[in-house]
Amino acid sequence: MQQSNAYIITFSVILTVVLGLLLSGTSQVLGPMQREAEALDKKKQILGAVISGDEIDAMSPEEVNAFYTNRISSTVVDINGQEVKEQGGVAVSAETVDIAKNYKKPADQRLYPVFIFHKEGDSEAVESYIFPLYGAGLWDAIWGYLALDTDMNTVGGITMAHAGETPGLGARITEPGVQERYVGKEIFNESGELVAVSMQKGEGKDYSDNPHQVDGMSGATITGNGVNTMLQNYLGHYKAYIESKKGSKAMAAAF
Amino acid sequence: MSAETVEKAIEKKPSEALLSKRRKKLISDPLVDDNPITIQVLGICSALAVTTQMKPTLVMAISVIFVVVMANLTISLLRNTIPSRVRIIVQLAVVATLVTLVSEILRAFAYDMYKELSVFVGLIITNCIVMGRLEAFALGNKPYDSILDGFGSALGYSWIILTVAFFRELWGSGSVFGIPVFDYVSGIFGDDFSLATNGLMVSPVGAFIILGLIIWVQRTKTGYVEH
Repeated sequence: MQQSNAYIITFSVILTVVLGLLLSGTSQVLGPMQREAEALDKKKQILGAVISGDEIDAMSPEEVNAFYTNRISSTVVDINGQEVKEQGGVAVSAETVDIAKNYKKPADQRLYPVFIFHKEGDSEAVESYIFPLYGAGLWDAIWGYLALDTDMNTVGGITMAHAGETPGLGARITEPGVQERYVGKEIFNESGELVAVSMQKGEGKDYSDNPHQVDGMSGATITGNGVNTMLQNYLGHYKAYIESKKGSKAMAAAF
Repeated sequence: MSAETVEKAIEKKPSEALLSKRRKKLISDPLVDDNPITIQVLGICSALAVTTQMKPTLVMAISVIFVVVMANLTISLLRNTIPSRVRIIVQLAVVATLVTLVSEILRAFAYDMYKELSVFVGLIITNCIVMGRLEAFALGNKPYDSILDGFGSALGYSWIILTVAFFRELWGSGSVFGIPVFDYVSGIFGDDFSLATNGLMVSPVGAFIILGLIIWVQRTKTGYVEH
């Protein structure tokens, strides 16, 4: 049966409108829940730098939120380590800063959120500072959070995620086994220069006596290089803030 | 008298049993004899991509069942109104809408799963099983039969990817549904009996091998030969 053009166009228009309404309706209804899920996921990633993934998995969403509220405070700094309270008349908060969007701007114009992990039951005492990271892997974006101990030198933990690295190769940066390799490493060398921590080519060697190197991922050297660049870049961007905390710490010790 | 004949005329057409022999075949055929993956060789892409672990595979299987059944139902209901010249686009629009719905729901209620499956849920659109069933069955059959047909095909797809995922997760990661089976084994029999995992199973190559073995076993049993 051959239908007229008018019928085909009418049919298409009705179909498009019905399906369009259905989709926009769903998006309206589910939108708030999706944003909540995304915020929760971000909190889990931040916490992942300081506590183990198993502990986070064992927590219910409410517990994660409560833990986050109790133990994490945040601030936003610029490239010079100065605190930023507002930008263009709008108040900024670390939770709403989009690292990926900021990544597109020149480094000296970006906002740099810092998450501060406090000791249990003491909202003044700091346990570690958590810095967001962002960079490029082999195929797509990679990002993560790095926790520094209060000496502003020792890595307390790192969590990494990716958009499209190869499963079993580059995607291994999400595995606890790979991330644990960073714990206890140092980002400043003996003469006080920022050298960060770099992942080496090849896998299976022991780097426990070198505080700036970690074992690589076999078959994923480019992703590893991406991780290295990401760490080098972002620790560089946060250097002013890190130095200032280090300075105040040294000062406090001197008094 | 005339009233009687009218009644008889209505009675003369008994409705088919809800699960008659023909309808049972609609579900059972795609499970083995006409399996979308092993016989028709459709939907291979996702069978390779999502099957490293059981949990995402199960979610994928449920999503595909939902999409195929709903798409078959919708197209079958509309089959007499769809203009034949634009039918492929109409099918595509319906399938794309359903897939987007699944993806949105996962994003709201199972965000971790959404992150893991992300692009593969979207790629259900390109899964030939969906469009294949619409074109071959739903366009020419009644809604209830179309639901059964879609369910059968999706189930045939599901059991294959779940089987592939079972072996890939067991041999590749030493676990099933995230439960570390290999660790339990070495816990019972001591460390001498610790089993090594096979990295090959984690890569897509592993899926090809398992799939090949399944097809081999199946064709040996059914005697199916490619024409």
